[in-house]
Amino acid sequence: MMTSLEHPGYPQDGLLRLEEKLLCRESQVSLLLSLFGEPHQYSYPSIFIYGHTTTGKTYVMQTVLAELELPHAFVSCVECFTSRMLFEHILNKLQSYVTSSEISQSLYISCDSFSDFVRLFKQLISHQDLKNQTFYIVLDKAEQLREMEANLLPGFLRLQEMTDANVTVIFLTEIVWEKLHPNMGCFEPLILYFPDYSKVELQKILSHDHPSEYSAEFYAAYINILLGVFYTVCRDLKELKHLAAINFAKFCEPVTKDEATESDTRKLWKNIEPHLKTAMQTVYLREISSSQWEKLQQEDREAGQLKGLSAYAHVELPYYSKFLLIAGYLASYNPARTDRRFFVKHHGKIKKTKFLKKHEKTNNHLLGPKPFPLDRLLAIFYSIVDSRIAPTANIFSQISSLVALQLLTLVGHDDQLDGPKYKCAVSLDFIRAVARTVSFDLIRYLYDFL
Amino acid sequence: MTTESVSKGCFVFKPSTKKKKMTFTAADYFGEHVKDSKDSKVRFETCQTLWQQMKSEAEKLQEDLNRKVFDSLLEFIRKSHSNLLEKMDEWRHRMRATEIPAAALVLGVNVPDHAMTFQILSEQLRESVTPYVVSLEAKECQGVKHILQKVFGQLLGHSIRLEADDETDVQLHPAELRQKKMLCSLASLADWYTSVKRKTVSVMPGKKRSSPTAGHLQTPPVVIIFKDLESFHAKVLQDFIVICSQYVNQLPFTLIFGIATSSMTIHKTLPHSVSSLLCIELFQSVSCTEHLAAVIDKLVLTHSFPFRLNGKMLQVLITVFLYHDFSVRNFIKGLQLCIVEHFYSQPLSILCCSLDEAENRTKNLTHEKCEMIRQLPSFMRYVENQEPEKQVELLTSDTFLKKEIKTLLRHLHNYHENYIPVLRCLHALTTSLPKFPLGKQIREMHSACLERNVWESEEYTSAFQLLRMMAKDELVAALQKCCDVLKTSGVKQQADTLTKVEEFIDQLQKLDKIVEDETVAQKSLQKKTDLYQLQKTLLEMKDSRKSKKLSKFETLRLEVLDFIDSIVRMHLKPPEVMPLYEVVYFSGASTLRKHLNAAPRIALHTALNNPYYYLENEELKSEAGTISNSAPDICIAYKLHLECGRLINLCDWLEAFATVVAAASGVDPESDLVAGQVDETIHARFIRAVSELEFLGFVKPTKQKTDHVARLTWGGC
Repeated sequence: MMTSLEHPGYPQDGLLRLEEKLLCRESQVSLLLSLFGEPHQYSYPSIFIYGHTTTGKTYVMQTVLAELELPHAFVSCVECFTSRMLFEHILNKLQSYVTSSEISQSLYISCDSFSDFVRLFKQLISHQDLKNQTFYIVLDKAEQLREMEANLLPGFLRLQEMTDANVTVIFLTEIVWEKLHPNMGCFEPLILYFPDYSKVELQKILSHDHPSEYSAEFYAAYINILLGVFYTVCRDLKELKHLAAINFAKFCEPVTKDEATESDTRKLWKNIEPHLKTAMQTVYLREISSSQWEKLQQEDREAGQLKGLSAYAHVELPYYSKFLLIAGYLASYNPARTDRRFFVKHHGKIKKTKFLKKHEKTNNHLLGPKPFPLDRLLAIFYSIVDSRIAPTANIFSQISSLVALQLLTLVGHDDQLDGPKYKCAVSLDFIRAVARTVSFDLIRYLYDFL
Repeated sequence: MTTESVSKGCFVFKPSTKKKKMTFTAADYFGEHVKDSKDSKVRFETCQTLWQQMKSEAEKLQEDLNRKVFDSLLEFIRKSHSNLLEKMDEWRHRMRATEIPAAALVLGVNVPDHAMTFQILSEQLRESVTPYVVSLEAKECQGVKHILQKVFGQLLGHSIRLEADDETDVQLHPAELRQKKMLCSLASLADWYTSVKRKTVSVMPGKKRSSPTAGHLQTPPVVIIFKDLESFHAKVLQDFIVICSQYVNQLPFTLIFGIATSSMTIHKTLPHSVSSLLCIELFQSVSCTEHLAAVIDKLVLTHSFPFRLNGKMLQVLITVFLYHDFSVRNFIKGLQLCIVEHFYSQPLSILCCSLDEAENRTKNLTHEKCEMIRQLPSFMRYVENQEPEKQVELLTSDTFLKKEIKTLLRHLHNYHENYIPVLRCLHALTTSLPKFPLGKQIREMHSACLERNVWESEEYTSAFQLLRMMAKDELVAALQKCCDVLKTSGVKQQADTLTKVEEFIDQLQKLDKIVEDETVAQKSLQKKTDLYQLQKTLLEMKDSRKSKKLSKFETLRLEVLDFIDSIVRMHLKPPEVMPLYEVVYFSGASTLRKHLNAAPRIALHTALNNPYYYLENEELKSEAGTISNSAPDICIAYKLHLECGRLINLCDWLEAFATVVAAASGVDPESDLVAGQVDETIHARFIRAVSELEFLGFVKPTKQKTDHVARLTWGGC
């Protein structure tokens, strides 16, 4: 069985440990190792690894580099959100390898631009300690690079060429290369795909780490049931692991109470299955938190007693704010030309089909809200509110507080003072609930429902 | 002024600060219009102390209301990480993902009130849980960088302060701090945290500390408060949470999301991949309407404060609350405005203080004040109803008047003392009625009572009709509630009422036995199951019911209600019937409305249409609809533009303008117009006026027609 991972450049025990740790990723690891070559050999300048979330990209890279004790810098691009932080992180990591022998120069390196980075990098890497090794830079969540300076990605792709040093840059991301592709003429990296784990593989990985009190078979049976419920909705390994951990106590309950033995699968299944289904509707959606879920289990209550986050969808609003919101909704979903029909008393008869252009015949609720100017909002507002209200600052400040609450959104730039435009950002259900509280017949005013 | 510089240029000369400035204190403004400055000073002081009392009462109330939710929140934060740390080695905790504990704190849409809540919250956190509290606002956090900078600033700034207090050697040199600030990555923050932790652990056992840190945990969590979750950029928030989750093992983060709308927002802003990193628990604070009810209960429906609002004022304040902002803070501010306005505008408000104090002050009333009192409408009404000799005495003798004032003030005080418990009783009785004829909230009933004689209103009659149909146990429960109210109020005059109500309850309960006897009799009838017999007995019973006047319970019920009606008529009179009510009731509804409902458009129109209103220059006084020649240019231009249609011809406008202006300066307008040329200065003035109007948003340039501007407002022609 030792054949799966074998490489002359690396010690045997390191490879063994790798194999133990990296389940179901043997082919990818061996491919990577053969790409890396022996430590002193130059590797391919840049490698692009992509795959769906939790397919083990980060974990594989981290384990390989750590177990084989290869010099590397591991950078998360979300964390280092400016190029400067990125450079400094890499350089300081590199320096830590160099200064392991000479503690005197432990100064913090600061670096602002790519050219500086290349210069400093060259200086450091030419050091004796790193002479015969390949240095690896891993850029995790590389899709973030798209939002940084334009020269970063092409630069890192050609880092080996520019520094003329033994360095390999590895990109880890969830998106395909074509989407990241900067522009013409950049260096094409070697593209590697990490496929999703299959159900069998998930089963194998999840049952690998079983609690010491119970046998491996018992835990494997549990994982099997868990996957049966969750596999259709969730393949996220981390999430599954988490769910397995918080629900295991419930699964063991019959055994601890001596109502069933470990081999009594049917009974155990009957016990856990409905429980897992409620878990899918609550914990998995983060309707209630995991700690609340565990508390519920301990107290042996039904999850229904604890209301989830979505149960509190009701929003209380001041009276005129409600009308402003309704006016905003009407302005967003009715074509401006129809306002006459809805809000002028003697509008005469206008047939729906006659006076509209073709593109206006599509359902506005399918197209989403359209922007409208402030004047239109106020005009509709004044015509739907029964009483006469002066246009006081109170009314205007309510509009801005609706924007702050994200019920209306400001279209265009913040600092446009004259004629700001808004969009209504609430759903039909929400606005109907609001309209009901002020007994306003919303549907009668909506063009789509004529 | 001269400078020593040889070069030419602009120099800024700051006004020398030594110049004596006339600074007015608030107290000075009070005495502005009144000759009697000593009086105004007393009024100002009374006003201040009264407001201080009310404010501290309001603050206490807020604290009490928030206590429940805050306590559970603090408990959550305290527990969140200690749980994790204890069981770190267990299998279950090794397997499960490390989630960041997060509290979703739903506060309601009254955003202006939130600042206060968060301030109290972070103070409490600092006191009892952790020194590391960061509060973030969306407008300061445009990017992850800004969030991190804020976090650094608030955390490290705090630690420096702590160390300065302890007078130990400063661990973070300013230079070091600057460098760290520049870096602002969580990695360095984690380093900082571990170093601080190590230090506190080594210090803790040696020194006994009685400082607030005593309550802190061994590893105090780092609490980050997002004050307004809705306004944060979703992307920024997501990135920040992702970064935090990478460090949560080293840095025990706890997040608090302040939510104004509903907890659904979390799901809207955070995708599943991010929300799965959080362990969210929901905390709901008191709703703002409940909060308002409590505030009204404590500040308005009480006789511990001499100052009172009349019906209209209360209506204005509540309308602003319910219709516009839901903000309790603004309500309290409005109340403050009422108090200040009352003491400022009503000279007799000097008597608006506690009863003993008022009696003292009555002695020292000047003759002018006495005259003022004689002119009060309520007092005049009172005088009219007196006997002729007394009338003369009241109107001529100051000493007699003062004596009378004392008794009247006492009457007023007693009226208030009785009013509130009776109002509460009535509320207790009517809240269980269907459709709440007298209003669901006690404040509605209160304002109804303030407006007029409540027993004459339709609602009152319908409420009593419903009360007359009440079942016995309901009635007893309601009366019991009345009893409680009367007991807690502790007003002496109500002792009789209390005993009377208790008697009624007693009698009602005694009725039980009698009624039971009757039902037993009925049951014995039912035992005979012959159909014919049954029909017969039923018919008999029906007849007897018709003929029977009223059962004992029904008579008693009527008696009870008559009694309640009588106490309502006695005590819930509107305040206007009480003499001297003007002293304690503030009634400037229009002033209040003007101050609270700012109307920018109307103000602008008034300023341009009638410049006299703001400038108060006699020359500008003019009849409505005409343009004074001497008005500022912009006013003339504005008036002229009101007469135009949607598009305004600039040339015509200029000519009209020139005519008006020329008339003012006395130059014969014809001479200029003949030449077809307008004076250059007038032209320039016109252009400036038009551009000012454009700036104010009344006109804008248009491309539809050359030499025209478009009008942006409606109306006019």
